[in-house]
Amino acid sequence: MKRDIVTSVIAMLVLTLLLGIVYPLFITGVGQVAFPGNANGQQVKVKGKLVGSKIIGQTFAEPVIGKNGKPEEKEEEVLTKPDMRYFQSRPSATEGGEYNAAASTFSNRGPNSKLTEEDDAANLKAYIELNRPYDAGLTASQVPVDAVNTSGSNLDPEISEANARIQAHRIAAVRSLSLQTVDSLIGRYTSGRGLGFSGEPGVNVLELNLALDRMTGASH
Amino acid sequence: MTFSGWFTIFAFAAILTLLALALGRYMARVYTGERVFLTPLVAGPERWLYRIMRVDPERGQDWKSYAKSLLIFSLAGWLLLYLILRSQTLWNFTGLNPMGFHSGTWNVTFNTVSSFLTNTNWQYYGGETTMSYFSQMAGLTVQNFLSAGVGIVVAIALVRGIVGRSGKSLGNFWQDIVRTILYVMLPISIVGAVVLISQGAIQNFAHYLTAQGLTGLKQTIAMGPVASQEAIKMLGTNGGGFFNVNSAHPFENPNGFTNFFEMLLVLVIPAALVFAYGRMAGNRRQGYAIYGVMMFMFLGAVIVAYVAEAHGSPAQHAAGLNTHVVSGSGGGNMEGKEQRFGIAGSALFDVVTTVTSCGAVNSAIESFTGIGGAVPFANLSASEVIFGGVGTGLYSILLYVLLAVFIGGLMVGRTPEWLGKKLEAREIKLAGLGILITPLAALFCTAMATADGAGRKSISEVAGKGPQGFSETFYAYLSQANNNGSAFAGYTGYVQPNAGNLGAHGVTFADILGGFDMLFARYAPILFALAVAGALAGKRVTPAGLGTMRTDNTTFSVLLIGVIVLVGALTFFPALLLGPIVQGLTSHLY
Repeated sequence: MKRDIVTSVIAMLVLTLLLGIVYPLFITGVGQVAFPGNANGQQVKVKGKLVGSKIIGQTFAEPVIGKNGKPEEKEEEVLTKPDMRYFQSRPSATEGGEYNAAASTFSNRGPNSKLTEEDDAANLKAYIELNRPYDAGLTASQVPVDAVNTSGSNLDPEISEANARIQAHRIAAVRSLSLQTVDSLIGRYTSGRGLGFSGEPGVNVLELNLALDRMTGASH
Repeated sequence: MTFSGWFTIFAFAAILTLLALALGRYMARVYTGERVFLTPLVAGPERWLYRIMRVDPERGQDWKSYAKSLLIFSLAGWLLLYLILRSQTLWNFTGLNPMGFHSGTWNVTFNTVSSFLTNTNWQYYGGETTMSYFSQMAGLTVQNFLSAGVGIVVAIALVRGIVGRSGKSLGNFWQDIVRTILYVMLPISIVGAVVLISQGAIQNFAHYLTAQGLTGLKQTIAMGPVASQEAIKMLGTNGGGFFNVNSAHPFENPNGFTNFFEMLLVLVIPAALVFAYGRMAGNRRQGYAIYGVMMFMFLGAVIVAYVAEAHGSPAQHAAGLNTHVVSGSGGGNMEGKEQRFGIAGSALFDVVTTVTSCGAVNSAIESFTGIGGAVPFANLSASEVIFGGVGTGLYSILLYVLLAVFIGGLMVGRTPEWLGKKLEAREIKLAGLGILITPLAALFCTAMATADGAGRKSISEVAGKGPQGFSETFYAYLSQANNNGSAFAGYTGYVQPNAGNLGAHGVTFADILGGFDMLFARYAPILFALAVAGALAGKRVTPAGLGTMRTDNTTFSVLLIGVIVLVGALTFFPALLLGPIVQGLTSHLY
């Protein structure tokens, strides 16, 4: 008994040192030397300023400016509306505003829940209202699921190709580009499946929008 | 459903089998003390560890002594982790708490500590909003290794008891745990962590980033030493995410390749242990027979989950969404799923992590369709024997094997024998108790939490209407009893602090009941498994005769499946009817 206690205490301290300090430090060292970009979160900088992480989704919305010239707020969150010049990410339900990467959370919408249906219907309607003015033939049955459903992390950096191709009509019109130009950009920022079969292709929204800004200039 | 989806599933099964065959051979050599390729590198540190821990690795322990060492080791780990988590701010001098998070309250810490000690990794806290880097590394990562190690050594001890011919010894606990860490888990974790970083998982100690997006909105991005914890979280079938959304987070699981890789990490040790058992029993077909049972049930679960999720949910259909595959979109129930994984990658991951005691998630189980969500329920109801957790899977299914041999023996009217050892009343009683104790804990706690107002407070206001509320509750206690840790995450046991870095505030009832659920359903079966090992260890081996029922052929595999399904169905069917099955049968919205 006493022997087991002594051994347990020593073992716990030594193993904490080995597995809890030495191992993570070693991996950090290897990561920072061999893959510094990845290990630090694939930070994307424009003119020296951090605009986000390549693999963390963000919102491309702008604050709604009220009559007093200040951003409007509702329940302590800044009200936003989609910025028409940019491809829009998937809907996000993180607390404290969309795409809150400091506090990831599941949206936990049940499959048999009225609230899920209401959210889905509202998102579908908003998506069609945003894009139909530029894509006259757009119907509800053409809208891909990822444009309406929230993701697992609510930080999804990608949208489906179908989603991007629909939004391309709007982007081309607003930015005065040809649809072919926008479509070829989408192709360039679409990642394939892992190993050729694992997962789904997706379009990285931040990279795509940055490429658009480089092409036509950001107007802000 | 897509071709690439089906291909992913079957390619996964094939690659897993090949890797497990190789690792099984390696592990059998490690635990029988033979030389392996890592021996020249590791033997030195191994001897040094024994010296400072003051143990004689050659001293054999009978089951009681083995269990005593295991329990005291676990208790020491419990106390140390509780101390670390409760004194989080004391460690600020290390610079590993850049966001200045306070310690959690006693109740949520009780739950968390019990959770990580028991390899459950149920999380009533959000990683990036409450845990310092120091707590994640020196506290949680350590138990990711050790709780997994404890599971493995129990399985090895049980195998030694079954096949042993040298008296009462089950081996030496300290030697087994040290070897598990140095020869198996640490090397694979190091390789795994580096692979994950190469794909985009992060590994740093930085302050959270503040970015200004293209439209001028600010975004704060959580950082941390993620990859080192991610690797062992998967490999040790732990499942406790660095971030609140676990493996759905792009920093934990950046792309389709890492998703596949992480799934292999989860299953490789549980699968390899089955082959190691066959080798240690001196008859590899014993391992193949069990592996066949596991793979059969595993693929069945994957197929059901994939088909169900590909068809979409009643809520989606009611909202007028088109859930079919169209050009450029995989369709299906994408609520709570990431684009880069898609339906197949999410359904497969879900099954991989609920047949094992991993419990990591890359999509929201709460948002799975009724039938898709019934699959993890069924996996948990089978008591984690379809591969199961590292070690726990093997020792649990071996108890089922014992029961199946007994039932087979009754049917042919002979004294049941297993690998030449006669099975008698004591072993059968112990195995029966070992099998039934987990369902008992799960159902008892579910009943308590459903009947009591304090328990019902945890049910999600958003999602938990109608049968989903019961599903949430039942899943919570079933998952904790099986030491799985995945969740219908709307079920809350804590209040998410959005401001002030206050640390996690627990919901006392859920924290305490869940904590005891995990501890009881972990250590009681371990003791029964070790007691069975002890009872078998001393028995004389008689050569197999003509009438001996074989345990290494297809007939036995089918019998074993029957026993597992029967026990699971008889125990859980009424409860399953009230939740997921009702939801799967109706398109009614609540």
